[in-house]
Amino acid sequence: MDFPTFVFFFLSAILIFASLRVITARNPVHAALHLILAFFTCGGIWSLLQAEFLAIAIILVYVGAVMVLFLFVVMMLDINIDRIRQGFWQYLPLGALLGFLMVAEMGLVLGSKYFQVPAADAVLPAGISNTKSIGALMFSDYVYPFELASIILLVGMIAAIVLTYRGAKQSKYTSPSRQVFVKAKDRVRVLQMPVEKD
Amino acid sequence: MFDNFVVPDLLPAAPELFLAAMACVLLLVDLLVKDQRRTVTFALTQLTLVGCFIIQFATSNGQIAYTFSNMFVDDLMADLLKLFLYMTVIMVLFYSRGYIIEREAMNKGEYYILALFATLGMMVMISANHFLTVYLGLELLSLSLYAMVAMNRDSVVSTEAAMKYFVLGALASGLLLYGMSMIYGATGTLEITGVAERIAMGGVNKTVLVFGLVFLVAGLAFKLGVVPFHMWIPDVYHGAPTAVTLFIGSAPKLAAFAITMRMLVNGLLALAVDWQAMLIILAVLSMAIGNLAAIAQTNLKRMLAYSAISHMGFMLLGIVSGVVGGRVDPNLVLNAYSSSMFYVVAYVLMSAGSFGMILLLARAGFESDNLEDFKGLNKRSPWFAGMMLMLMFSMAGIPFFVGFFAKFAVLQAVVISGYVWLAVVAVAFSLVGAFYYLRVVKLMYFDQPTDASPISAPMDTRILVSANALVVALLGLFPGDLVHLCTLALAQSL
Repeated sequence: MDFPTFVFFFLSAILIFASLRVITARNPVHAALHLILAFFTCGGIWSLLQAEFLAIAIILVYVGAVMVLFLFVVMMLDINIDRIRQGFWQYLPLGALLGFLMVAEMGLVLGSKYFQVPAADAVLPAGISNTKSIGALMFSDYVYPFELASIILLVGMIAAIVLTYRGAKQSKYTSPSRQVFVKAKDRVRVLQMPVEKD
Repeated sequence: MFDNFVVPDLLPAAPELFLAAMACVLLLVDLLVKDQRRTVTFALTQLTLVGCFIIQFATSNGQIAYTFSNMFVDDLMADLLKLFLYMTVIMVLFYSRGYIIEREAMNKGEYYILALFATLGMMVMISANHFLTVYLGLELLSLSLYAMVAMNRDSVVSTEAAMKYFVLGALASGLLLYGMSMIYGATGTLEITGVAERIAMGGVNKTVLVFGLVFLVAGLAFKLGVVPFHMWIPDVYHGAPTAVTLFIGSAPKLAAFAITMRMLVNGLLALAVDWQAMLIILAVLSMAIGNLAAIAQTNLKRMLAYSAISHMGFMLLGIVSGVVGGRVDPNLVLNAYSSSMFYVVAYVLMSAGSFGMILLLARAGFESDNLEDFKGLNKRSPWFAGMMLMLMFSMAGIPFFVGFFAKFAVLQAVVISGYVWLAVVAVAFSLVGAFYYLRVVKLMYFDQPTDASPISAPMDTRILVSANALVVALLGLFPGDLVHLCTLALAQSL
């Protein structure tokens, strides 16, 4: 076994362990941390395949941004894990059967001999990193979908603001200039009231 | 690898670029608008759309032009559909102005800006020549629409409708993407014309293609809103603010028709036998369930939602009858697809008019979306009762309104291609459908009004609704030009 194969099996073992822990951990924070480990290991396997751009992207985007957000949500919300797990064993046989059937059906239809994308196309000449070639493609051939994606993000931002912004908060600050000009009769009103008897 | 870069030809995409730039400018302008009625934003939005119309008209030369590495196509079909699109959106925004000014949560400049971005999404869909741009255009449209549905955020019904729309829309996008990835797996390309070439070259595995096609058709059916993928339509039409329902119920149908044509006809015509069989099932089910369920509705928006389902089913009949027995006959293809295009344009016109009428009768705190609200409309305003009568007659397909000729053109295409049984089914369900359209007419003319308040809509809405209904009547008397235009556009584009 040469060194890359050893690294692959080593990383795969960690990945499988981490993925299993994601769904078996009782503590949601532990589950989220294991998911981070899974993403990180996945990035390692991708860089083994010389897809270093994807490897960096998954670590920056998923580990750096998405999972941190996830952790915040998990820590903020008080999730009752036992309620979620109620009836797990009851539904397991049916769920497992349906899942297995779907995997089997798709596997039968999508047997790999049907697909015609040649694997060799993915090999780049030496000296050109795939980050650079993805960048070049993105800003030349794929510039139109790239810009469209940016417009979609802009719409997402507009939508989020429209749906949540309710006008500026009324902060309780004092305005010295208005305080100076206040007259006593603006603030104090003297009322004539008869004495109440009980 | 950077040396061979050529700047793409921007001229075919000039309207898209103009609209995108103006939408961003408007975002900034709207910050400075102090006016509560948002007159400046509204006027600039309308001017942008008029500008797009002029640019589109000026740059249209009847040639098929590809640009952005063949991801964007500009042909006569795209030009014509986009011109209709601009007109529809301009009309829709005029209708909705009075409605949103009266409702505080919706009276924001973002309403117009989201409408512009939705229009951009539809333009991208109409001009897509790549599965990736179909998908991105669709997402741009859907995302803007989700936000518009939810804009009236203190209304529980609207929020629920937006949530349902969002979840089901995401599911539909997932199905569509899955289908696209299968087709990529089989042909090795995502370019729509490229897919057609690869299939024609042979050696493409048909099992994978058809497997992908099933998902593609399911995703399209979701977006068109045909049975059995119609569940979102009644709830979203009913729950959304009427101004947004009007928007969802009109212009996106043009774009949905366009992507159906692009993906199924331009890309996968070789599989016509397979997708025609699927579409026949969808069409028959839609006409049946749409027309039957509409009878039971008491809410006009819900009734029109079921009517939309049945109309989209009817429109699919034209697309179904293009290829007979696996042979592609250019005349037959042209006749069938242009009848569908005529149908969809006529439907958009009628649908905009009907929802416009609901908006016309609505006022602050009163939606006027129940059938009962139309009782005795003739006593309140004989003129608008007459307009609604024309719209309902046209929807029902009564001669001589444009709806009749649209149905007639599709049926004639269906009969020519030999599906006589299908034509009989379509006519039967249209007769069922006539019942609920005529019920609205009966309520307006023969019942006593429950609400005698005068109509308070602004003048521009009154004029536009009247013009819309009169165009429906006029196109019914002279349908020739529009039919000719649709045929010409498709003849140049197929």
